[in-house]
Amino acid sequence: MKYLKKYLYSQKVAPYIFVLPFVLSFLIFWVYPLISGITMSFQDIGFSKREWVGIENYAKLLRDKTFKLAISNSIEYMAWTIALLIPFPMIFAVMMDSRLTKAKGVWKAIMYIPALTSVVISGMLFRMMFSEADGSQMNKLMVWLGQQPIPWLKSKATSWLGLILLCCWRWTGVNMLYFLSGLKAIDSTLYEAADVDGCTAIQKFRHITLPLLQPTTIYVVTISVFAGLSMFLESFMLWGNNDSPKNIGLTIVGYLYKRGIQKNDMGYACAVGVVLLVIALLINFAQLIATGTIKIGKRKEE
Amino acid sequence: MMKTQAVVDSKHANTKRAIGTVLVTGFFAILSAIIAFPLLAGLLASFHPGRELLQNGLSLNLNFDTMSLNNYIYLLSGNADSQKYFMWYGNSLELTIITVILTLLICYFVAYGMTMYRFKLGKILFFLVIATMCVPFEILLLPLYNEVTELGIINTIWGVMLPGLCSASTIFFFRQYLIGMPKELLEAARIDGCTEYGISVRIMMPLAKPAFASMAILCAMGSWNNMLWPMMVFRDADKFTLQIGLNTLLTPYGNDYDVLIAGSMFGILPIMVIFLLFQKYLIEGMTAGAVKG
Repeated sequence: MKYLKKYLYSQKVAPYIFVLPFVLSFLIFWVYPLISGITMSFQDIGFSKREWVGIENYAKLLRDKTFKLAISNSIEYMAWTIALLIPFPMIFAVMMDSRLTKAKGVWKAIMYIPALTSVVISGMLFRMMFSEADGSQMNKLMVWLGQQPIPWLKSKATSWLGLILLCCWRWTGVNMLYFLSGLKAIDSTLYEAADVDGCTAIQKFRHITLPLLQPTTIYVVTISVFAGLSMFLESFMLWGNNDSPKNIGLTIVGYLYKRGIQKNDMGYACAVGVVLLVIALLINFAQLIATGTIKIGKRKEE
Repeated sequence: MMKTQAVVDSKHANTKRAIGTVLVTGFFAILSAIIAFPLLAGLLASFHPGRELLQNGLSLNLNFDTMSLNNYIYLLSGNADSQKYFMWYGNSLELTIITVILTLLICYFVAYGMTMYRFKLGKILFFLVIATMCVPFEILLLPLYNEVTELGIINTIWGVMLPGLCSASTIFFFRQYLIGMPKELLEAARIDGCTEYGISVRIMMPLAKPAFASMAILCAMGSWNNMLWPMMVFRDADKFTLQIGLNTLLTPYGNDYDVLIAGSMFGILPIMVIFLLFQKYLIEGMTAGAVKG
């Protein structure tokens, strides 16, 4: 017993005991479900049956128009979030960093607050602001502009305005803080040198800020890509219970949830999950090449 | 002559600067007003009858004559609706507190093991930590749901917590923090006869306090606001967390909108208080990954 204790306390064994929880968690809650998810995607699973069907789920996916719609919705949403939630927060961060701005703490705090509210609460607020009732905020705005009130959440263009505003509302402040922390890491003497050389603000932004912010930009793009691709709850809340008219708000994860949980078709839903996994891995790979972590065809130069 | 020219120049620069300050600060004031708008509208709506929310939707309602504290009085009255609401609130609190404590302890020790010792497995495991961060959690949703059912912990707080206790991002943050610590401390403590576990608890843990503070806030926020996974694991209404419960009130009939809108505002409160108290730690924890890449 005493020997065992000494063994467990030794400098050789201690590190393994420290990392043991991660190893267990990794195997039980990551590797196992990943493998079982891939296995299930080749099966037909119902209440009492579970049989192998080969690639039938995937063949069905290829013909499934709803699934294609879900993929294009997810990618479209991701594209919007990147187009809006990278440049604007970056510009806001540069402005916030300026010595001219007063009461910075107040603005930063207010801009961060949306990120504290849960998807349920923020989704509920936006759903009601975009309600088709005459008294909703958006319809009041329409009347003020001399237009007729419209059912906002029933057509794609108007409801997506709500969806994207919801996303921007929640994440603008967060992304601005990311860029601000990136700006803090830039050596201020570079700007002083540029001032001496008589550079304009735009030149300084283009030639100092933008290139030196690159690590932060890569980070923010990465999290935006994954958050955009796997978006579900925003749409779940905005339209209520994952049901949008003509599936205008259906996303990949929304479809996975609908088939797996709401319709109990686990095998097919797992195939949807595997497709999402493949898309995520492709993006990871593309990004590693783009950022130069993996180099292809450049061996000769070395 | 030269002197007056300089004075004019500096005056000119001062006016220019003042205009710049007004423009930039004004810009952020307007932006903040726009961003605060939905929550402000929600807060004002919580003082109006829930019926109005159903009939009119949400808008900035500045009709102070019809405002009252009735929704909040109803929420705190102790009747059936109020009891239900505070049961959810209590469930969320319980889940959040246990999750934060366990996640921080486990992730700290894992990160400690990975950074304080030189062994091959440590490096491999760190690579795996990064790998798990590169796969969206939603992919594992259904197989994890099956697994949790098979393990018999569905519909329990453990079913919600266990899969996420070894949070990759928390381990990553602790590692970034610990890697900057002087390793000589360990040697000194060893010579003094401290055990390996003693060092990790008594020497390093106090030094890592700021890291604990940052991660506690982020983890608490995540857990309090978490919705998708708890919604799948909890089946009984008496186990629901606040977020799941609020979602059940959001019916097309709107008979519970009094509780919904007042309860939502009351539900943001704990997070808001923590944020205002510990803003500095939160921002540090959040942005740690962004600079170092």
